Amino acid sequence: MNAPVKTLEERKTELQGMGDSRLRKEDARFIQGKGQYCDDIKLPGMLHMDIVRSPVAHGRIKKINKDPAMAIPGVHAVLTADDLKPLNLHWMPTLAGDVAAVLADEKVHFQMQEVAIVIADDRYIAADAVEAVEVEYEELPVVIDPYKAIEPDAPVLREDLAGKTEGAHGPRDHHNHIFTWEAGDKSAADDAFATAPVTVSQHMHYPRVHPCPLETCGCVASFDPVKGELTTWMTSQAPHVVRTVVSMLSGVPESKVRIISPDIGGGFGNKVGVYPGYVCAIVSSIVLGRPVKWSEDRIENISTTAFARDYHMDGHLAATEDGKILGLKVDVVADHGAFDACADPTKFPAGLFHICSGSYDIPAAHCSVKGVYTNKAPGGVAYRCSFRVTEAVYLIERMVDVLAQKLDMDKAEIRRKNFIRKEQFPYTSAFGFEYDSGDYHTALEKVLDAVDYKALRAEQEQKRNDPNCPTLMGIGLVTFTEVVGAGPSKICDILGVGMFDSCEIRIHPTGSAIARMGTITQGQGHQTTYAQIIASELGIPSEVIQVEEGDTSTAPYGLGTYGSRSTPVAGAAIAMAARKIHAKAKKIAAHLLEVAEGDLDWEIDRFKVRGNEEQFKTMADIAWAAYNQPPEGLEPGLEAVHYYDPPNFTYPFGIYLCVVDIDKGTGESSIRRFYALDDCGTRINPMIIDGQIHGGLTEGFAVAMGQQMPFDEQGNLMGNTLMDYFLPTAVETPTWETDYTVTPSPHHPIGAKGVAESPHVGSIPTFNSAVVDAFAHLGVTHMDMPHTSYRVWKKLKEEGIQL
Amino acid sequence: MIPPSFEYHRPASVEEAVGLLSSLGSEAKILAGGHSLLPMMKLRFAEPEHLVDINRIPELKGVRVIGDDIVIGAMTSEKAVIADPVLNAKVPLLPEAAKNIADPQVRNRGTIGGDIAHGDPANDHPALALACDAVMTVVGVNGTRQVPASEFFLGTYWTALEETDLLTEITVKAFPQGAGYAYKKLKRKTGDWATAACAVVVALSSGSVSHIRITLTNLGPTALRAYDAESILMGKSINDDLIRQAAAKAMEICDPAEDLRGDAEYKTAMAGQMVQRAINEALAKAS
Repeated sequence: MNAPVKTLEERKTELQGMGDSRLRKEDARFIQGKGQYCDDIKLPGMLHMDIVRSPVAHGRIKKINKDPAMAIPGVHAVLTADDLKPLNLHWMPTLAGDVAAVLADEKVHFQMQEVAIVIADDRYIAADAVEAVEVEYEELPVVIDPYKAIEPDAPVLREDLAGKTEGAHGPRDHHNHIFTWEAGDKSAADDAFATAPVTVSQHMHYPRVHPCPLETCGCVASFDPVKGELTTWMTSQAPHVVRTVVSMLSGVPESKVRIISPDIGGGFGNKVGVYPGYVCAIVSSIVLGRPVKWSEDRIENISTTAFARDYHMDGHLAATEDGKILGLKVDVVADHGAFDACADPTKFPAGLFHICSGSYDIPAAHCSVKGVYTNKAPGGVAYRCSFRVTEAVYLIERMVDVLAQKLDMDKAEIRRKNFIRKEQFPYTSAFGFEYDSGDYHTALEKVLDAVDYKALRAEQEQKRNDPNCPTLMGIGLVTFTEVVGAGPSKICDILGVGMFDSCEIRIHPTGSAIARMGTITQGQGHQTTYAQIIASELGIPSEVIQVEEGDTSTAPYGLGTYGSRSTPVAGAAIAMAARKIHAKAKKIAAHLLEVAEGDLDWEIDRFKVRGNEEQFKTMADIAWAAYNQPPEGLEPGLEAVHYYDPPNFTYPFGIYLCVVDIDKGTGESSIRRFYALDDCGTRINPMIIDGQIHGGLTEGFAVAMGQQMPFDEQGNLMGNTLMDYFLPTAVETPTWETDYTVTPSPHHPIGAKGVAESPHVGSIPTFNSAVVDAFAHLGVTHMDMPHTSYRVWKKLKEEGIQL
Repeated sequence: MIPPSFEYHRPASVEEAVGLLSSLGSEAKILAGGHSLLPMMKLRFAEPEHLVDINRIPELKGVRVIGDDIVIGAMTSEKAVIADPVLNAKVPLLPEAAKNIADPQVRNRGTIGGDIAHGDPANDHPALALACDAVMTVVGVNGTRQVPASEFFLGTYWTALEETDLLTEITVKAFPQGAGYAYKKLKRKTGDWATAACAVVVALSSGSVSHIRITLTNLGPTALRAYDAESILMGKSINDDLIRQAAAKAMEICDPAEDLRGDAEYKTAMAGQMVQRAINEALAKAS
């Protein structure tokens, strides 16, 4: 008996391709504790590294005595900057055109800066030896406030830059000045402000926070002195770039450097840069000829590896009396810490901050970002948006709220009035971005209807009028546009390498496949979603498509995973590589079916002869034929590589609404409702999208409501453990409601825009908008984050509100 | 955890433990649940040369009823306190409050005795012990003695325990019939210590207060009992105004240390909030 003929729908379902909420392929190993993380790597003869760190934030190193540490049995080496000097490795270039100390050279510039490293038989001996290294410091005046850093008589932080009036991004006008970067048209913006009937201004600080991934940074460096090959397992979001950097620094040919990013326990931008710990472990392995492992502890991670934000912003809007925005001006002082260690595209030292005109049709705009050195750890790469879009969206969404308050307009109304309209896309902003697609009005109305916005406002009004109400109610609304998928190589490069990404797909004779990309998953679920793209393109079940990333010896070169670039860039490369295979498969099918290519139609998993349903070849048939009987003149095999250089960024957007109830007695905020509508274009796996959004919202909640990296006047970082640093658990995390619209990207092969950062970028100003809204009837226009109970209570007290 | 090296001892009886403490002297630390000591060792703030692990001494665990006394072994875990039927029936404040301590992993290992013996005013059990009129059984080289909670907490990390003493039992009595109780704890997040917390036990007789305890966590160098606040309410029929007065009295004895949770003014104000809320909740439960 013949097997029953499957329906089209059944065949499609079996592929578990795009649009299918299939379970994640990664989870079987993660939920069983079988992930293989960097610290799980154990090699024969492996030694352990630990780092001697500075207790002071600014000081001159007078003396380092290694002897007591070297005297401890099991200690193999203690290295300082002086030991690295002959190799010219005591400083290293950063991805931002600056240099950073690998080990402090004569001076320390921030608390917990790397001063020396210790290599020992085990982690315990290494820690004992770290305590035994004696370092004498002469303390210098500490600069924590970036505004004070650029006062004329501020202490000189970077003596190594003495006399350098030109930095990587233009002239430096002060010894603690890094760059001033501008975008937009200043005179047009000035004109708009000169004639506008209404203007508003607001100063705001987006505090320094840390992404604090569950897995801290680390590596295992293993140099084979016989073969001259260096293999390093590393917690890296960009292994190929790291390989290039390591080759340039070490002189080992790139072909003999192999960087492997194994399973990564969260990155969020914390794992983009090259850290002194990596460099020292690699140098130690080369010098000692043995594998060396370095794993950060939590305090080291929060204190020293890539922080996020620390933008001091002045926003200004000019508008008509009925709320039409005429102009935007923004001035930012960016606290970069001791070294400029951002990882932005070379031409954009403030990343894509100039997306700060948001979802609005603003005719004239200008922004200026001034980067400044202080005695804090370097970074600025993280978190969940490495390119300063988080700061930009925060700025514009805050400013629109401030303007609405000034004009006594509703938050939704002012946004409706200023949105870029659907028919204006593709839309070129005053900053020059070409927004690909969007439909903001439809999305906004969907959210307002879903939450019954009018009823919420009525309830708020009633509560404001009730002096016995124990809570203040606030409603936050944010309508953000992101820019992701960096990026077109004509404007985006890192270290001169264009920001393309890549994919290589190989179909095996029996119809399963392996695919490799230049990106690396850190929780995003690439092994699942990438396979789903290929499944839909080629008609092979996603279950039998293996996705491998992170090993530079096998994967094609790519710029890695950050800035929501995986789907917009690598996702496009995958579709294009698949289409190359599809084209070859069609030739083989035509040969097998003895018809012309033009007589074939593609249907889910097969080529059919038009007009003859019985005549077809499935992709599995074709794969076998590709290795067995390819047509004359066609190479055997079925594989393809594609390097995708995106023609433009993608512009996901979302409408978020939050309702908060603030306890008048304690200042505690309770998030009653959070409604998140995201439009990321074509949706590959709705379950994974929901997961991404839940994660991003939770991290946004953490930033807005609790995370902070406070420094005292001496530059001590207070609260660098999880006792103080706020990582919400399921207990604190609000319930999330998610929704979506689909506005595909017109220039992306599958119309996908990327989603991972949207919930983070969008939710932080939403929480902020809600908390400020709770106080808005008292004339409050802005409150800086984080909205901890303590800080909110101080505001309640200031406003004379009590239970 | 990467501490310096130390010697590890695991006595099988209270006598053996006390003997070890006596012979090892001040370089020894008792390891109970480890949730205060191990973090300190991890940071190398504490570097004991000897750890005396008392986790394998069976008689230190569990809850027994002896006449009117409810005897809680010092090594009874928070999880066991939460689950114990006797405590839930007779001293329900303890299991109720223990649910607010840290997180499930800590409660699986952390013990009531360790929480009390550490002498940290941020720990929850000291204020609970004061609210329950607990009596500590202490075994030392010179034998066994009983110390009431009111005389046990002497200062921050300073209790009536001598270096060679072991806290073995915590004894409480059943709450008065129909007593209401509450533990209100303001904290920044799960796992955090209290910014301010208040335990209240209240019993009513013909509508008037016949028994009351108001105690405070993390609002001074030790857990505090707010005697003057209790006096405001004792014998009275409680109303909102009296509750506010009691809270004000409780705030007067607060002397909290400033930290990232807030300054003294905020913490004292939060003490007032917690006292009012705990009294209200306890009253709602009283019959």
